[in-house]
Amino acid sequence: MIRPLILSLTLLLALPLSLFAHKMWLRPSQTVLSGADPWVTFDGAISNDLFYFNHHPLRLDNLTITAPDGSQVEAENQAIGKYRSVFDLQLKQQGTYRVAVVNSGLMGSWEVNGERKRWRGTAESLATEVPADAQNLQISERAGRVETFVTNGAPDEGALKPTGKGLEMEPITHPNDLYAGEEGRFRLLIDGKPAAGLEVEVIRGATRYRDTLNDIQVKTDENGEFAIEWPEAGMYWLEATTRDEKSTVSKASSRSLSYIATLEVLPQ
Amino acid sequence: MIRYLLVPLALIAGSFVSVSSSSAAELELMVEIPQLNVSEYHRPYIAAWIHDGDQKVVANLAVWYQIKDKGSDVGTKWLPDLRQWWRRTGRSLTLPVDGVTGATRPPGQHTVSFSDDQPQLAQLKPGEYILMVEASREVGGRELLKIPFAWPGDQSQLHEVQGSEELGKVVLSIKP
Repeated sequence: MIRPLILSLTLLLALPLSLFAHKMWLRPSQTVLSGADPWVTFDGAISNDLFYFNHHPLRLDNLTITAPDGSQVEAENQAIGKYRSVFDLQLKQQGTYRVAVVNSGLMGSWEVNGERKRWRGTAESLATEVPADAQNLQISERAGRVETFVTNGAPDEGALKPTGKGLEMEPITHPNDLYAGEEGRFRLLIDGKPAAGLEVEVIRGATRYRDTLNDIQVKTDENGEFAIEWPEAGMYWLEATTRDEKSTVSKASSRSLSYIATLEVLPQ
Repeated sequence: MIRYLLVPLALIAGSFVSVSSSSAAELELMVEIPQLNVSEYHRPYIAAWIHDGDQKVVANLAVWYQIKDKGSDVGTKWLPDLRQWWRRTGRSLTLPVDGVTGATRPPGQHTVSFSDDQPQLAQLKPGEYILMVEASREVGGRELLKIPFAWPGDQSQLHEVQGSEELGKVVLSIKP
């Protein structure tokens, strides 16, 4: 009894919450590192303001860290606090690490004797938790990636290969090689294919200390590409969301996809 | 007739080129580290390098950083604070680099010189370049100075710029 409740709460926190308009983010203590095996630490949170922890911690159940050689490595010292989660990572390899929380899940609703039921779960729990005689059943899939990048030494591409699943960003400009006054160019992919016509929103952090958000809105071109001219140095939050009918779950009629990245832009 | 005249001229011109490239061109760099009246002072990290018109690094001249013990990499942790140098060349280097990297230096004037038969300058083709000198100090600031110059040029050059925070005077002198 308690377990399904905890599970659904966990999913509620873990899912891309674009419908609540809160922003999910992972933020590294620094993105450019040097040395034999330097440490870097990360904060994860869900908040309105960037990058302040004042609402919910980011769940780390689906934390996936890809090392420069493509292997998966574990984060250390994971902790979930009231407002933020933290973890540490030692960069034992030279090159770029991709640090991501990749969430997925299903939402459903149906009617039993005219009463509306709501449900959250996974493709596995769908079969057991949704009654076979559900009326007006509607299932939608949600898949989101929240990620950031850190580099020890020279940036490289080994960890940046697209997975081919969901909404992803394929860097054209390396995500740890971004500088104020220069252009960063990226490509959005859905299931590995260029995503044209998607809106991308980019907001610089430290929002507490200014009156206007000054967010940058761009749209991907026919190749799924977009470019941002970085107005100044800072930690930037980037988000793109979309919806389609290409869910891999047969009962799901639609799919919500979200992609979020935290990118550090350095001064010249 | 004209062709016969041209050949000896070309030969003479060619011999001049070979003469000038065999007599060593020299580059001397003086970097002044200012005396600062601050409560906590650490010697700055300093890098000096040369890039071409496309900001491609063609020579690393000097990198002074904290070297505690041989083989220890304590000091390399802060090298990215020399952020232009780190971006353009530092992050791709295997440290230490012979004849380039060395320990931090105290306030004062420090001179390093190179001739064109040394590895730093051996590959430097005649042309227009920019000398970059970057300084970054723990609990302090960061400063970047640039000096455009011609290499090796046809006469002696003396370029001088004055830093305002982390660097004092920087003087580049070149003898072709």
